[in-house]
Amino acid sequence: MRASVPFRRIVQLGIKSLLLHKLRSILTMLGIIFGVCSVIAMLAIGEGASYEAQQAIKQQGSANIIIRSVKPAEGGGSSGSSGSSSRSSASEYGITYKDAGRIQETLPGIRRVLAARIIRDEVRAGQVAFPCQIIGTHPIYQEINRLQVVRGRFLGTIDETYMNNVGVITASLAERLFPSTDPLTQQVKVGADYYQVIGIVRERGIEQKRTQSGGGNEGQPLDSNLYIPLSTARSRFGETLIRRSAGSFQAERVQLHQLTVQMDAPDLVESAADQINAILVKFHEKKDYEMIVPLLLLKQAEEAKRRSNIVLGSIAAISLIVGGIGIMNIMLATVTERTREIGIRRALGARKRDIVTQFLVETVVLSVGGGLIGVVLGIILPFVVTAIWEMKAIITWWSPLLAFGISALVGVVFGLYPASRAAELSPIEALRRD
Amino acid sequence: MSRGAIIRIRGLTKVFKMGDSEVHALAGVDLDIEEGSYVAIMGPSGSGKSTMLNILGCLDRPTAGTYHIGGKDVTHLDDDELSSVRGERIGFIFQSYNLIDQLTVLENIHVPLFYQGKDLVDCAEHCEELAKLVGLGQRLDHRPKQLSGGQQQRVAIARSLVNDPLMILGDEPTGNLDSKTGAEVLDLMDRLHAAGKTIVMVTHGDEVAKRAQRIIHMKDGAIDREVVNRR
Ligand SMILES: Nc1ncnc2c1ncn2[C@@H]1O[C@H](COP(=O)(O)OP(=O)(O)OP(=O)(O)O)[C@@H](O)[C@H]1O
Ligand SMILES: [Mg+2]
Repeated sequence: MRASVPFRRIVQLGIKSLLLHKLRSILTMLGIIFGVCSVIAMLAIGEGASYEAQQAIKQQGSANIIIRSVKPAEGGGSSGSSGSSSRSSASEYGITYKDAGRIQETLPGIRRVLAARIIRDEVRAGQVAFPCQIIGTHPIYQEINRLQVVRGRFLGTIDETYMNNVGVITASLAERLFPSTDPLTQQVKVGADYYQVIGIVRERGIEQKRTQSGGGNEGQPLDSNLYIPLSTARSRFGETLIRRSAGSFQAERVQLHQLTVQMDAPDLVESAADQINAILVKFHEKKDYEMIVPLLLLKQAEEAKRRSNIVLGSIAAISLIVGGIGIMNIMLATVTERTREIGIRRALGARKRDIVTQFLVETVVLSVGGGLIGVVLGIILPFVVTAIWEMKAIITWWSPLLAFGISALVGVVFGLYPASRAAELSPIEALRRD
Repeated sequence: MSRGAIIRIRGLTKVFKMGDSEVHALAGVDLDIEEGSYVAIMGPSGSGKSTMLNILGCLDRPTAGTYHIGGKDVTHLDDDELSSVRGERIGFIFQSYNLIDQLTVLENIHVPLFYQGKDLVDCAEHCEELAKLVGLGQRLDHRPKQLSGGQQQRVAIARSLVNDPLMILGDEPTGNLDSKTGAEVLDLMDRLHAAGKTIVMVTHGDEVAKRAQRIIHMKDGAIDREVVNRR
């Protein structure tokens, strides 16, 4: 039998005839270009957003359960008897030391329980005053919340036992209070009490943005913290806290603001959360606490991401199919337009499959070319978006491959019909056409 | 003188079905054509000349009858095999030239070899020679649209020779040309014939037919009479 045409020659033939109609070829590719580009860019931005969310959640620890005191919603709003009563007597709510004890005693699999009081007040150093959060807590706070000691040391057990008047401040607070002096030699003042600065810390990784849910937004930076021993906080501040809000004073009695229960392993977390809730419900008439389970949030975030990937995938599929139909449309027109050429080639010895290949190559070149351009744009676009809007975008290794693979597949699928139409024409019929 | 029939058809019939009616374009044609002969096919419009030439050129299949090329039965070949026969053994010259517009003269001449898997770079010399033979050695890079009708037809002739075919088939190759350019093309055909090529040409012009050795007159899908030219 005779030799057949080398494949690369037919490919060259296809590319050559595409180059003959450059504008048309580019316009035809646009659908695929946009499709592929948007798939990659959307996936990258979605991936970036969910990465940030997951990091924030992971920061809280996947073996942790966080319980926070929340000011309960008052029945009839702020007006009426409840409003006036809360002004006269201190409103009491939140997690108690007893709650902490009960949880620690009854729940199996607990590694440790970290209690914290969070008080908003002003810290002073000489003439400088600055609003900040005073966090009364245990030494293990540093480990559980992954604080990085920049200088000095964190709170120790001794500080707790002797109710030492010592404090650890965050780096940003240190900069503000002591711009020119060494903070470790200085004292800070809250109310009437002085605390010796013993260390400077920095939060590692992404900061946990929410602190005290009931606390509203007083407007001080979240990273301005003063850590003191819990025992010290108890003796200095007592249980009643005065909050200034909108010109009126409000007294609140809150024993503990936050309780972090760290379990031995993440798989204990879900059942532990249920049990903790059961314990708390028994002793709290009103819902004056909230429970945050980072692990569950993480699972939800992952589920949400899976869903959004499905949605993105569908949009991608549709846009690529639309692009493919565009290509098919043009190729059908091309076949009609070039019927004569097909007839001539057939008369001069081209087999059906040579014609099929020639036209299929054109479609595949269009879609693969569009796919490649789309991949390049799709990789560039997230960087532009990140630069402009400070969003995080992560291009996963598989998304360009997927987008590119689908575009190539679209080329073959939508190219087969026009190509076979071209080949099935009888040579004389084709030659007779003008 | 018998060098063996290169074309041998027996009882060749072609029926076109148009809905309910049937057109008997060919009604049982027997014909032998010797190698190296120059045959003209004449006859009134609709007598089946083109239909016969298309079957001779393996562009179409007969409804009934047999067709042998060089002793080989090609009646029942499949589509790919017919493509091969066309590509390797037949040279076509059409009334409307049928060059590919986007290709250059040289590339057009090369097309039949392309489908035999031969690269243009490897046979450029051969194609150029043929272009020179038809007097277009200076026009290798021109596109068909840049050439006159006569020049285009000469490109087509060069193309029909590129695969060194057993026969050259022409369906009114001078039909679109004025008499002077037509004569030039026919002179070229004479030279090919002199060089030993087998030529079968459908024509309406007596001037054209005079150059052939045999003139076959067709009528209503059958051979009416045959004239042998003696020069
Ligand atoms: N594809 C076809 N479908 C139907 N009928 C056809 C077809 N091709 C040819 N015919 C018919 O077959 C008959 C012979 O046609 P053909 O083209 O062979 O004539 P011709 O001798 O070449 O005429 P002309 O000199 O006008 O070119 C005509 O009646 C024509 O209508
Ligand atoms: Mg005809």
